[in-house]
Amino acid sequence: MTKPADQFKWQELTVGFVIPEPGTAREYHTGDWRSTHPVWDEKKCIKCGRCWVFCPDMAVFQKADQYFTMNPDYCKGCSICSRECPTEAITMLEGK
Amino acid sequence: MTEPSRKKIGVEVSIAVSEAVKQCDVDVVSAYPITPQTHIVEHLAELVAQGELDAEFVPVESEHSAMSVCAGSVAAGARTFTSTASQGLALMAEIVYCVSAMRLPIVMVVANRSLSSPLSIWNDHSDAMMVRDSGWIQVFVENGQESYDHIFWCFRVAEDEKSLHPVMLNMDGFILTHTIEPIEYWEDEMVKKYLPPFQPKFRLHPEHPLTMGAFGPPEIFTECKKAQDQALIATMPVIEKAWEEMEKICGRKYSAVETYRAEDAKTLLVTMGSFSETARVAIDEMRETGEEIGLVSLRLWRPFPFEKFRNAVKNAENLIVIDRAMVFGGPGGPVASEIRSALYSGKKRPRIVNFIAGLAGRDVQPDDFYQMVQHAKTKIKDGTEDEYEIYGVRE
Ligand code: SF4
Ligand code: SF4
Repeated sequence: MTKPADQFKWQELTVGFVIPEPGTAREYHTGDWRSTHPVWDEKKCIKCGRCWVFCPDMAVFQKADQYFTMNPDYCKGCSICSRECPTEAITMLEGK
Repeated sequence: MTEPSRKKIGVEVSIAVSEAVKQCDVDVVSAYPITPQTHIVEHLAELVAQGELDAEFVPVESEHSAMSVCAGSVAAGARTFTSTASQGLALMAEIVYCVSAMRLPIVMVVANRSLSSPLSIWNDHSDAMMVRDSGWIQVFVENGQESYDHIFWCFRVAEDEKSLHPVMLNMDGFILTHTIEPIEYWEDEMVKKYLPPFQPKFRLHPEHPLTMGAFGPPEIFTECKKAQDQALIATMPVIEKAWEEMEKICGRKYSAVETYRAEDAKTLLVTMGSFSETARVAIDEMRETGEEIGLVSLRLWRPFPFEKFRNAVKNAENLIVIDRAMVFGGPGGPVASEIRSALYSGKKRPRIVNFIAGLAGRDVQPDDFYQMVQHAKTKIKDGTEDEYEIYGVRE
C-alpha cells in the first residue's frame, strides 16, 4: 500500500476497498503478535522439513546449510513446528 | 426510436421476471430453489437448458453458496442474477453483507416471504427487513408490470459506474409471483438502448492480480463504513435517472416516493409493495364517501428517499403507516419507525398511526384499509395513536 492504513481518509479508499496490487499481505507482519518463539537445536535436527511443511504462516525457511529457522517478521509463535518436529529439535521460549 | 410495444400478454409474473432477466442477457445465474421464488429460477434454468439464454446456470447446494457464486462471477465481470426468499435469504445473509461493501453489482429478486417460526411459506416483509441494513439498494414493486420493468432498472442501477451496488428487487411472494397478469413486454432493442454493457471498475483477472475483500483492521474499518454509507447515498441520482430514462423508453413513470390522490388529503396511507395497489382501490371508495384521504407508496427503501418523502407528506395531518413485518419489543413496524425518525426533526409533524397487517399472507382487502382508517380515527381521538396495532389479531 501507498501509506499506512491509519493515514487514509474515507474519501481516499478505492471502490469496494479493492487493493489494486498483489502481494500486499507481505507488508502485514504477523510476527508482531508473538509472545513465544521457536528455537532450533541443530544437533537434534534430521532435516526432514516437517516444521517447514506445517508452519501455518510459511514463516519457516531453509538456510544455506539446509537447517531450518523462522522469519521473525511472520512467525506468530503458535508452536505448531515444535509440536510436529519428530526429534523434539524445536523448543518454544517465552518472549519475542 | 423503437415504438413502445403496446401488446399485453397474460403471463405469470415469475415467468415475466425471468424473461426480463433473459432479455438483460445475463452471463451467470446461481440460485437455490425456495418457495415462492421457485418459478423464477426454474424458468431461467429451462431457458439456459434450451439454449435460449447463453448463460451459466450454477445450481448450488445452498443459498450461502448461491450468493458466493454470484460474488465470484460478478467480480470476474459477468452480469449476474440470483433470487431467493425468507429462510434462503437468512442463510445467504453473511455474503449479502459482503457483496455490498465490496460493491459487487449483483441483482437479486426477493420473493418476499415470512421468516420461521412457525414455518410459513406465505408473504410478508420480514425477510427484506432482516437485511435492511446490509447496504443493498432495495426497491419494492406493486404489481406484475412493475416487477418486469424493474429487472431492467435493477441491472442499470447496479452496474452504473457511479453506483456499483447490488440491488434487491422485493416482490410480494405469491401475491405477485404466482399471479397471472397482463404484462407489456419490452422489445429487445428497448432493453439494449436502456441497459449498457457491464463495465466493472475492478475485475478478477489472472493477468492483473488484485485483492478483493481484504481484511480491515481497526485503523481503517471506520473509514470503510463511512465510505460505504456515502457511496450508497450517492446512488440517488443514478436511481432517479434510471426511472426518468425508463419513462422515455416504455412510457411508465416511476419514482422513489409515489402519491395517489394525495394533494388535498389530510390523511395519508403509507404502504410498500403490493399493499399500495389495494390501497388505491380502497382510497377511491373512501373518496366517494367524502373522506379526505390519499396514498404515499414508498417504492425505494434503501437508500431512504428522505427529501422526497418529507415533501410528499408535508401537508398531511395524519399518516397511517401499514407495515408488513414485526419489530419484536421495538417501536412498531420497520417502516413506521423509519418514518418517525425521518420526520422527527421537522417543525410541523404529522400524527403517525401504525398498523402491522398481512403477516404470512393473511389477506388484506380494500375493506381492511377502510377498517384501519376508522381505527386510526378512534386512536387519534383517544390519544392512543403512539401504540402500534397488529390489525385483525384475534383477542
Ligand atoms: S511457531 Fe508457528 S508460526 Fe512460528 S515458525 Fe513455528 S509453526 Fe511457524
Ligand atoms: S521438523 Fe524438526 S527435525 Fe524436521 S527439519 Fe524441522 S527441526 Fe529438523
